[in-house]
Amino acid sequence: MTSIPLGFFDWIIMLVYFAFIAWIGFYLKKFTKSDDDFFLAGRRNSMWVCGIAFMSANMGSMEVIGYAGQSVKYGLYAAHFYLIGAVPAMLFLGVFMMPFYYHSRIKSIPGYLKARFNESVRVFNAGMFVVNMILVSGIALYLQALIFHTFLGWNWDLSIWLSAIFVALYVTLSGLLSAMFTEIVQFFLIWAGILILPILGLADIGGPAEISANLSQGFKTLWSTSGSPADNPMYVTWGGLVLGLGFAIAFGYWTTDFLIIQRAFSARDLRSARMTPIIGSYFKLLLGAVVVSTGMIALVLINDQSSGFNLLIENGKTNYDSVLPLLMQRYFTPGLIGVGVTSMVSMFMAGMAGNMSSFNAVWTYDIYHSIINKNASPQKLLHVGRIATVAGIILSVVGAYIARSMPTVIDYLQAISSMFLSPSVAIIILGMFWKFITPKGGLWGMLCGTIIAVALFIAQEIKLIPVGFVIPGFSGADSQSYMAANFWRAVWAWLISMGTAVSVSFFTKNKTDEELRGYVKGLVDKNEKAVDKAAWNKKPEFWAAVTLVIFIIINILLW
Amino acid sequence: MNTEKGMKSIWYFVGLIMFIIGIIVFAAGVYDLLNPTAKNIRLAELHTNIWWGALIAVVGSIYILKNKNKFAGE
Repeated sequence: MTSIPLGFFDWIIMLVYFAFIAWIGFYLKKFTKSDDDFFLAGRRNSMWVCGIAFMSANMGSMEVIGYAGQSVKYGLYAAHFYLIGAVPAMLFLGVFMMPFYYHSRIKSIPGYLKARFNESVRVFNAGMFVVNMILVSGIALYLQALIFHTFLGWNWDLSIWLSAIFVALYVTLSGLLSAMFTEIVQFFLIWAGILILPILGLADIGGPAEISANLSQGFKTLWSTSGSPADNPMYVTWGGLVLGLGFAIAFGYWTTDFLIIQRAFSARDLRSARMTPIIGSYFKLLLGAVVVSTGMIALVLINDQSSGFNLLIENGKTNYDSVLPLLMQRYFTPGLIGVGVTSMVSMFMAGMAGNMSSFNAVWTYDIYHSIINKNASPQKLLHVGRIATVAGIILSVVGAYIARSMPTVIDYLQAISSMFLSPSVAIIILGMFWKFITPKGGLWGMLCGTIIAVALFIAQEIKLIPVGFVIPGFSGADSQSYMAANFWRAVWAWLISMGTAVSVSFFTKNKTDEELRGYVKGLVDKNEKAVDKAAWNKKPEFWAAVTLVIFIIINILLW
Repeated sequence: MNTEKGMKSIWYFVGLIMFIIGIIVFAAGVYDLLNPTAKNIRLAELHTNIWWGALIAVVGSIYILKNKNKFAGE
């Protein structure tokens, strides 16, 4: 493998990018005066600012570089991460859940859990979120270092620390404000770098028809081969996809992960907050089309011996994450290479800034302010938030070394989601839509779901149980079933959390209706009842319905 | 973005960076056209850097022109 040759113009583009992002950090510092500015970006943003920042926080290295690699590994099945694994949950958040989050004027998801349940549920959820964020940030740092190291020939350790220091600099200066500001700038740069890739790829292989002509049924359809695990490259059934990915993991990520929902909290009004994930859903569909088609183009090229295209092989193992950089190397001329590398750096920066701005908010409000110093002044919280950012990034460097030891980062990422997000979504959704669930029910549900999911993962990793142990009726080889095991582990964690929460609620004391008012459906306050007087074509429900129709059409066309 | 009066609109910054980067990519394409060097790049004959760079610069300039006098929240 030779490194991508960066020319004079490519270096200029990268320098301009870094200088611009650093300058924005300093420019915004003078507008960051209160803790609300730092943690919620002033809470006066339009739906477009929130929607694009929401999507940009999701467009990290894993979602673009990682899933392009997954498209080579799993063919069109990778599109499920952008379809059933995203769209229904995003729409549910915008249409049904956002009013509860927004009206409760909370500063974080654990903050909602305190209001709905009690302090213990809040602290436990905050602790899980902090661990989750460190591990996920570690993966992002590792992927960035992998790109610098493998494709630019930079020293591995140096590139990881340089990336970490740069993110620490601009998130520490102005928190969510600069994180969102730069996320929006980076959003456009990412598109500038990746949108052209499938266009060139299709021109190279001879058009979309070549994809269909050169791939087997299992690699080019979404559902028709999901009846039996042996018929598709992901070794998963439709049940695992719908329940595991579509519900337990997707709802866990899109409706309860504070990393992305924090952007919606910064909206100027409820309609903007509700529109945030709905606007994001359109970009998610477009991103899926670009990323998956790029991966499938690579698959066609790999199958064609005469193309001369192959993925990177390291220690005898195929590095699927090398797809995007290798295709850039194949097609990008001088200048474009600079945009391509800047685009990959932007993915990392946007993702990391998102991770760190949500990490510092949860640490500061839900752990420091809740347990360590209950009387801290707003200025003290601002100071703690900045220190938390630096500490979080140092811990992420440790997480990067853990990620480096894992076989594939996407399997690892989904494993993390199955352990930490799935129990949260079970309890938040139960608590939001059913007043019967008591504080102790919520706590024990979350606790049991998490402990069992973590225990199952550890037992699998130390080979106490086979990978397929959690998959109903699975009889294939362990190496085939990692992703399916992640989906099903999430389902079990979700079911155990729900079952425990309901069972414990039968025997424990609940809050009064008055205490739950505004936090549970059916106990609405006057704000929640306020009628949205916007025209029909400006209502979130209308735009959510449009996305849903597009989603259904795509699934039928690619069935 | 609307945190304090006096803060430039985010869309102005988007336009600025897109315009600058688009111009550099375009310039790289023109330089490459005038000083061709042997490279093993597929579809190099399409000179993607010229038209893609121009397109990015045009998008950037539209954002700059539409937002140059606007402040956050306007």
